[in-house]
Amino acid sequence: MLREQLRPAITIIILLSALTGVIYPLVVTGIAQTAFHYQAQGSFIQKDGRIVGSELIGQNFDDPKYFWGRLSATTPAYNASASSGSNLGPSNTVLLVNVKARIADLKAADPGNTARVPVDLVTSSGSGLDPHLSLAGVKYQVARVARVRGLSSDVIEKAVQENTAGRFLGVLGEPVVNILRLNLALDSFKK
Amino acid sequence: MNWDNFIQISLYVLVLLLLVKPLGIYMARVYEGSSVGLNRWIAPFENWLYRVSGVKPEQGMGWKEYAVALMLFNILGLVAVYAIQRLQSMLPLNPMALAAVSPDSAFNTAVSFATNTNWQGYGGESTMSYLTQMLALTVQNFVSAATGMAVLVALVRGFIQRETKTLGNFWVDLVRSTLYILIPLSLILAVVLVSQGMPQTFDKSAKAVLVQPTKDGSGNLVSEQMIALGSVASQIAIKQLGTNGGGFFNANSAHPYENPTPLANFLEVLAILLIPAALCYTFGFMVKDRRQGWAILAAMLVIFIPCIFLTAHFEQKGNPLFSSLGIDQKASAFQSGGNMEGKEARFGIADSAIWAVATTSASNGSVNAMHDSYMPLGGLVPLWLMELGEVVFGGVGSGLYGMIAFVIIAVFIAGLMIGRTPEYLGKKIGAFEIKMAALVALIPHIFILIPTALTLLLPAGKSSIFNPGAHGFSEVLYAFSSAANNNGSAFAGLGANTAFLNITLGIAMYFARYWLIIPILAIAGSLSAKKIVPVSQGTLPTHTPLFVFFLAMVVLVVGALTFFPALALGPIVEHLMLTAG
Repeated sequence: MLREQLRPAITIIILLSALTGVIYPLVVTGIAQTAFHYQAQGSFIQKDGRIVGSELIGQNFDDPKYFWGRLSATTPAYNASASSGSNLGPSNTVLLVNVKARIADLKAADPGNTARVPVDLVTSSGSGLDPHLSLAGVKYQVARVARVRGLSSDVIEKAVQENTAGRFLGVLGEPVVNILRLNLALDSFKK
Repeated sequence: MNWDNFIQISLYVLVLLLLVKPLGIYMARVYEGSSVGLNRWIAPFENWLYRVSGVKPEQGMGWKEYAVALMLFNILGLVAVYAIQRLQSMLPLNPMALAAVSPDSAFNTAVSFATNTNWQGYGGESTMSYLTQMLALTVQNFVSAATGMAVLVALVRGFIQRETKTLGNFWVDLVRSTLYILIPLSLILAVVLVSQGMPQTFDKSAKAVLVQPTKDGSGNLVSEQMIALGSVASQIAIKQLGTNGGGFFNANSAHPYENPTPLANFLEVLAILLIPAALCYTFGFMVKDRRQGWAILAAMLVIFIPCIFLTAHFEQKGNPLFSSLGIDQKASAFQSGGNMEGKEARFGIADSAIWAVATTSASNGSVNAMHDSYMPLGGLVPLWLMELGEVVFGGVGSGLYGMIAFVIIAVFIAGLMIGRTPEYLGKKIGAFEIKMAALVALIPHIFILIPTALTLLLPAGKSSIFNPGAHGFSEVLYAFSSAANNNGSAFAGLGANTAFLNITLGIAMYFARYWLIIPILAIAGSLSAKKIVPVSQGTLPTHTPLFVFFLAMVVLVVGALTFFPALALGPIVEHLMLTAG
């Protein structure tokens, strides 16, 4: 029984490997590169001929003149070669230490702000690369960024709106702001 | 329950149910060998494949021969995956010059992918070369799923056939599952996912100049970001559809490249349950009584739907320890609120909760948020869903054959209550079938509880625990619940990439897969040889709401009674401690 099945087993594993492990990915690559080249290459944002990031991959910001995004548990923060969440359990004291430190940083950058801090601004994302923040997290920072940059809140809020993505068809997901694109937009005002 | 969450959850269940019938009929036609639209393109290749491999498609196999063919194929696959990982540094398509994978990790991953578990003891982007991802992991994503579907079809034939010794041909069932079902669906899904931003390239990692330079752990300035890429979409499509779950990246579908947008997320999480749910219809279609398929699907939904709402509820409530710190966790038009640690902003609470429950109902095991950081009771639900034996949807094929084993147990118990010989679909259920079904129900329990206890007793195991206290216990319980039910998700704080855990988890995955497949095939062989008894007044109907409820209760009671003590030591204690302040 075993001997009879040996030839089909070996032949089929080889042929199905070639089909699903080589031909299938190559066909997908061919279609993807032709139809959606920008996305298939990684959705990179170019500035002055060099890559300044991907619109899907967040970057770390802690300068008060920029909007800050989610906390990142990777080393260094937003390490796009080794994605990871914090994996801290809800009762872990380290989680509380991290959250408190973040609140202290936010308060230090903007002592006058007495609003409650939106939760996604003090917690780390699942990937450590989250490019987005909730609208609440952005609103919390508008006054600070406007003050440090010497711009009016209206200008900033307009930039925020331009980089906001709503729910898909008004239903799926959560409305979010792309922090990297927002900060790049702010930097372009200077010139 | 907030309205946005409710709509998203309802929409998910609705779309899933709409797809059950068309896909279910299509798959039934594939397995019955009737002609489907894709025949014209695929049949010539299919026939050529049988010819060169010496398969006679019309020649049936007895259950033992079917099992031998299956085991042989799976062992060869396992060896291939192991070998490719060990040799990847010498093979092409390794632009980041990654080293060979260590022997214990390579063993764990080989078993994990061959058994359709896809436990990730490794970080994908920093461990596996592009060639390994394609030729080892993607291949097993397809064929391990097809193996599960083949076993299911063999079992279904056991019910349809009368006084027959054979169950069909394993090679045909394997090849047809791959060619007609898995490849076409994956191809479509992969292309749509690329349109949403998922990379599909063989270029090496890209270098970006940071907008604001940052500092690394030791205070050195970092001004560049290396962004890992790869042929992500082709692998993620089948990873979702084949209830595999092994990510291209370490963060799995939380990674923005592996799950870029809410639409991508919806399609990925739909793909998790698509085939397992539709197979219920396929089953009803093939046994010529569609009500039987709907009844099983209904029993799954009876457990599944409340679980989504429970997880969403506990996650939305947020972390009580945060309330005194001046943090806003309330849902509003401007934020999802809730427990956002380990979750992505674009998914918020609803999408994360749907995913966590779908991925653990099915034995998919991919994640779009870190389960380790879920609230104690929010994380209890996924943990417990795995412990139910992965029969609420479960793996492609494997979930439904597991559920049919529970049906056999249910008709047996019902038979005892009303004093009749148990039968299902006209087949008398004898002592042999009951014994085999009991093995299917109980083997995973053994491979969860004993290794969990062992890990907690031995220093080699304890040193892997990341979170302190009751939560650390949950990490270990979760790991073995996942491995022994071929799920693959994790409380990922657990440092599982050690020789001790790689090997013990590998063993749990192996036995939990094949020690269930063999008794299932034995049941199929035994049923196939029996006559079909005509329906009479004494027949217990198995399509009524009463039976649906009864079946769900049997699944719940077996799972709940076995694991309640363990759950009490982990998530329940943690919950009580948290709420007590």
